[in-house]
Amino acid sequence: MVDFDEEGAGIRATVLGLGNILLGDEGVGIRAIERFRERYDVPEWVEIVDGGTAGIDLLPVLRPGAALIIVDAIKPDRGPGTMLRLEDDEVPAFLSAKLSPHQIGLPDLLATAQLLDRVPSKLILLGIEPKSLETGVRLTPELDEKVDGLVEKIADELRQLGIEALDRRLEPSTSQGKRDLPRIFPS
Amino acid sequence: MSKKIIIDPITRIEGHLRIDCEIEEGKVKKAWSSGQMWRGIELILKGRDPREAWIFTQRICGVCTTVHALASVRAVENALNLEVPLNAQYIRNMIVTAHAVHDHIVHFYHLSALDWVDITSALKADPKKAASIADGLSSWHLNSHQHLKQVQDKLKAIVSSGQLGIFSNGYWGHPAMKLPPEVNLLATAHYLQALEYQRKANMIVSILGGKTPHIQNLAVGGVANPINPDSQSTLTVERLMYIKTMIDEVGDFVKNVYIPDVCAVGAYYKDWTQYGAGVTNYLSVPDLPLDTKGTEFELPGGYIENGDISTFRPIKSFNDEFFKKGVMESAKHSWYEGNKATHPWEEDTVPKYTDHQPDGKYSWVKSPTFNGKPAQVGPLANVLCMYAAGHEPTKKYVNHVLSMVGKLAGGTIPISALHSTIGRHAARAVRAGVMYDSLVNQWQMLIDNIGKGDTKTFNQPVFPNGVQKGFGFHEAPRGVLSHWIVIEDGKIKNYQCVVPSTWNACPRNEDEAPGPYEASLVGNPVADAEKPLEVLRTIHSFDPCLACAIHLTDPKANKTITVQALDTCR
Repeated sequence: MVDFDEEGAGIRATVLGLGNILLGDEGVGIRAIERFRERYDVPEWVEIVDGGTAGIDLLPVLRPGAALIIVDAIKPDRGPGTMLRLEDDEVPAFLSAKLSPHQIGLPDLLATAQLLDRVPSKLILLGIEPKSLETGVRLTPELDEKVDGLVEKIADELRQLGIEALDRRLEPSTSQGKRDLPRIFPS
Repeated sequence: MSKKIIIDPITRIEGHLRIDCEIEEGKVKKAWSSGQMWRGIELILKGRDPREAWIFTQRICGVCTTVHALASVRAVENALNLEVPLNAQYIRNMIVTAHAVHDHIVHFYHLSALDWVDITSALKADPKKAASIADGLSSWHLNSHQHLKQVQDKLKAIVSSGQLGIFSNGYWGHPAMKLPPEVNLLATAHYLQALEYQRKANMIVSILGGKTPHIQNLAVGGVANPINPDSQSTLTVERLMYIKTMIDEVGDFVKNVYIPDVCAVGAYYKDWTQYGAGVTNYLSVPDLPLDTKGTEFELPGGYIENGDISTFRPIKSFNDEFFKKGVMESAKHSWYEGNKATHPWEEDTVPKYTDHQPDGKYSWVKSPTFNGKPAQVGPLANVLCMYAAGHEPTKKYVNHVLSMVGKLAGGTIPISALHSTIGRHAARAVRAGVMYDSLVNQWQMLIDNIGKGDTKTFNQPVFPNGVQKGFGFHEAPRGVLSHWIVIEDGKIKNYQCVVPSTWNACPRNEDEAPGPYEASLVGNPVADAEKPLEVLRTIHSFDPCLACAIHLTDPKANKTITVQALDTCR
């Protein structure tokens, strides 16, 4: 129905980090994909996207036929650092009453994707509860120490989808353009 | 697993706008508008290099970003008396117009249409009938009954799969919803199409600005878009031709979809011309400079008092004394030190937080006045001023919209109908049409100027010792924006931004006169206090750039209802 320019037509899976890095733990989704990118090599048809605080502008990142793993902070409920995994229609999708362009959020994005037939073939949300949303660019120590676990979960999810994620600490990378990144075992 | 988990309903980007209303006999009796966020960018800028101020100021917002960048470089250029090369003016003007069209489309369809359009009612529509209604509105190629049926089938499939989910949070079925099912279906189809067209408009901004949000191509003295017809790495004619194809597609959507849809909604909600006028002093500024000094503009601006177009007084240049002397801000009801109205160059930003005190200080927003009075800014102010100035494209679109609504509603619609909640939507659609026409003109002027061999895009700024004062204004999608700067020995000594939402969302001023939001809500009907859709309609019509919480008090029922306009914020 809607014809987006498909620059990433060959993409088969996307890891999308969401959050505002200026509000402390709110940015945990972004910090997780940053660390994932440092640590893992993935095939070139896997895209890792820093979605920041964008809303509906992320529609082109939702590709029918490709898997989508979203990493985001979730509403505090069971305590800071608690992780949650939702998949497919468990992930909230609805059109909300809005008063400002700042309110177009993930549920709106996913609802709109349904209306436009842009639903990913597999949708996974990895959520983690923040401790503090105070202004600041660092995570709290409590959340910071959970990020490694979240990064491993992203790798696990990709493996479940049959996608190889190679830990750079274990073997030298062979992929192009990423050789300048730090490695624990130099080749 | 339960589906009730809401992802981070805590405000992710911006502070809240809080609206408190006192309701009596189904109507708003009194209203308070309160900005719940401290901005503070002005303090960060003190002591910095004026050439980098725009990079900071555009971070005031993640939506209306280009506007703060532009007002900032204009303020510094004004302080230095620095001229801006023609190419740079045209490129800036193209960014301004494309951004405005994008912003207006998004506002109507994605932020406010669901105040008037009931998507669930579209399920009952007859697609053939909807297509024939559409035929009477325009010749848009995506209005066929097959296409409309496809959209309806999609809605049905989602609802029948038990996923009421995506429709569970609107005011569906509210007694104030009045569109017939067929018009709801049409609007829903266009809601989805608009996603693509707003994006095309925004691509123009990102091609010229490097990225969006937060363009990267500005500089005090011009733009950082080198023009060289012989190089592939600069702004080439090929890139400009690509932009032109997008301009044409977006213009098609504005003329054949956006404007007709607003007319149809306006015709069915004609009663909303009676509500929401509020403050009818209108302020707008001229924009799209056509010379290097900012003395000639494609779009006029000025001031209208008491809703009377004959009182129009133009604002003529980037050095206009009438504007420069007219703007003051008061903090009597705001959480800052000081009570007296002060000129932005003299103003300070010293916080003094109390609590929400309806008779005392109750907002982080200051109260700007123009010649001592509150003024409404935004597309309505802009359109009325351009109309009063005799701007032909504005007159063309205004007359087109009024006659189309009249035809659909049966009767004649006077221009005075624009002083209202629904009138602000009509004015925004008119402005989108005007901005499209201007975008085409600016594109042509840039092409012609390059054709003459002029490739200059930048004049080097020079900062003398001593003190310079400057101001820069811009007619942004939400209205008059002005930045005020005091430079001392090449460093920023003072900086103030008087933003559109400050004009409209301000608390009572020094003389206890309510701001435009506050005044516009008085007399607004509220059928169901638990679902104050009507209050949302009026506030929405201003296109607020803040998330919002609404508090209603019913003195007779002796209870307070808090309605959080659902924050799935991002």
